[in-house]
Amino acid sequence: MSIQDTIREQVTENPVMLYMKGSPDFPQCGFSGKAVQILQAVGADFNSVDVLRDNEIREGIKQFSNWPTIPQLYINGEFVGGSDIMMELYQNGELQKLVDAVKS
Amino acid sequence: MVAPQDIKGWIEAGLPGSSVQCEGDGSHFEAVIISPDFDGKSLVQKHQMVYAALGDKMDEAIHALSMKTLTPSEAAQLNIHQE
Repeated sequence: MSIQDTIREQVTENPVMLYMKGSPDFPQCGFSGKAVQILQAVGADFNSVDVLRDNEIREGIKQFSNWPTIPQLYINGEFVGGSDIMMELYQNGELQKLVDAVKS
Repeated sequence: MVAPQDIKGWIEAGLPGSSVQCEGDGSHFEAVIISPDFDGKSLVQKHQMVYAALGDKMDEAIHALSMKTLTPSEAAQLNIHQE
């Protein structure tokens, strides 16, 4: 299976999936830490992948959504954005709606 | 070391018609990008346009870039003036 197929499977099987540096408990980058805080603030039940532990994923995820930076959030297999977009969608209430929609 | 002025120049060169304000400390930067081409685009598409303008600078020179993307009319509403 190619790395792109692996990522597609991960984002399909996990309704709310965050690619980040480090873990939710120990983020290794301020932007990843901010992404975790935002997801916790909207009560999201999310899974995460630490790209620092897998260089293939780290490079592959940049191709997957034509997005050169980490963190990256996926909801229902769709790329939502990086930490700036997450913050903007959190502030305007859109992220809460997206997260609530996959809860039930 | 990358200066905020470098990032401003790279984005403005890659996104003709855009106006960029950028601040930063050499590794972390914050930029406000105003471009008429953002009109009708999604947030993801707008950020992708900026990343495309920066090209491989994003991998090599810039560790972290936080950005706000605005159309000229959105910028006017927020009272951010183009230079």
